[in-house]
Amino acid sequence: MNAPAYNFAYLDEQTKRMIRRAILKAIAIPGYQVPFASREMPMPYGWGTGGVQVTAAILGPEDVLKVIDQGSDDTTNAISIRKFFAKTAGVATTTATNEATVIQTRHRIPETALHENQVLVYQVPIPEPLRFLEPRETETRRMHALAEYGLMHVKLYEDIARFGHIATAYAYPVKVNARYVMDPSPTPKFDNPKMDNCPALQLFGAGREKRIYAIPPYTQVVSLDFEDHPFEPYRFNAPCALCGAENSYLDEIVTDDKGGRMFVCSDTDYCEGRQATGHHGSLSAAPYKEKAHG
Amino acid sequence: MTTIAELPPGFVDKVLSAQSTFRSVMDAMARPGSVRRIVPGAGTPGPMMRGTAAIALTLFDHDTPLWLDARMAESSDVVKWLKFHTGAPVVQDTSIAGFALIGDGAALPSLERFALGTSEYPDRSTTVILQVDSLDAGRGFELRGPGIDGVATLKASITPYDLFERLHVNEALFPRGIDVVLVADDAVVAIPRTTRVVSKES
Repeated sequence: MNAPAYNFAYLDEQTKRMIRRAILKAIAIPGYQVPFASREMPMPYGWGTGGVQVTAAILGPEDVLKVIDQGSDDTTNAISIRKFFAKTAGVATTTATNEATVIQTRHRIPETALHENQVLVYQVPIPEPLRFLEPRETETRRMHALAEYGLMHVKLYEDIARFGHIATAYAYPVKVNARYVMDPSPTPKFDNPKMDNCPALQLFGAGREKRIYAIPPYTQVVSLDFEDHPFEPYRFNAPCALCGAENSYLDEIVTDDKGGRMFVCSDTDYCEGRQATGHHGSLSAAPYKEKAHG
Repeated sequence: MTTIAELPPGFVDKVLSAQSTFRSVMDAMARPGSVRRIVPGAGTPGPMMRGTAAIALTLFDHDTPLWLDARMAESSDVVKWLKFHTGAPVVQDTSIAGFALIGDGAALPSLERFALGTSEYPDRSTTVILQVDSLDAGRGFELRGPGIDGVATLKASITPYDLFERLHVNEALFPRGIDVVLVADDAVVAIPRTTRVVSKES
């Protein structure tokens, strides 16, 4: 009578087997996008259906789950996915990066270094890095087969020709294990170096596009660049206004209608952790001088 | 003649046992050379080891054509058990197998006969599950590749003796290739196609 309406972690067992087989092949071929029979999930495309399916396939009752959206544990997407798994799988959840065993993320990698007993699951909108350069799947598949990535270098070169530097700031293409060019999902390029030689397993799920790919632990991940225009992670000029961190990725918060704004860590857990251990920023929301228009 | 009622059982808890087994295999695949234990118990028909049976229950179904070597195929218990618990179709053609179960490593067919995937779809390749004598004692192998921090050391007693020589085909074929899962009782070690052996004791 009171039998649960869902299987553990929502997905049925046949779906989990299919996703699990795709994950194993994805790990065996780092950076290659494995097609899988993505299911409809009880949330719209664009809300992380790919990541949710990967998480559902790996999650067990012993796991501790953390979900972040742009670094934050407290946004709608993160909270709804965290509650989804708390309800359907009964797993423990946390906001502390180092306590989590599975971290599902939308568009950020936590600032706290990941460790070996963790799996990072990315939500991916467009898994194909060449898609905006070549719309045909048959052609991009052939290009990956031949490792023919000249087009991507042309795109980065055109950035340099137009702007004087590589202007791609997010979804910055990487080469995995010296073979496949891969889309790191729309993470800021600031996070790209964290993917290289990472102790944690990284899994990527794209629900609408029906692809799963992976970076095994301790795998070389190189951001594409040129000898004379090397890859440069994004640098901020100011420290975090709340915790004073100088090496974290910052969000810009508008504080009033007079041009006041402050820059704070996008990773809320990292920022709160630093504040709890006595680090403080200027708390200033100094009006930022904008160029007069017209 | 074994009836279905006399067949060895599957998992007691299908859902959580499959999840736990999968995590062991996933961790093994992500960290080649490391030994993972498969905790959940299941029945072990004929020559099938505990680990092999658990992997079969976790990953096989009607979508996974299965190739059995002579040692496995000659056991009617294995065939019936797989059919009843997984429904996976058993095929005679190695080149269309999603998984191959090898009970007798001495009779391992040439690896090129399995599905190697295509350049466009390298994932459409056979995963070879090979039962071996031991994964904690025997010859030492030093492994390198994605998933390994520097060098991983594996002590194993593997038949065929020249498995790693045979796996050299993976170097030339990449991204096509064969992924191997070694099983000894409840221990598993994965050797995905990216793993290279750098030295071995003779």
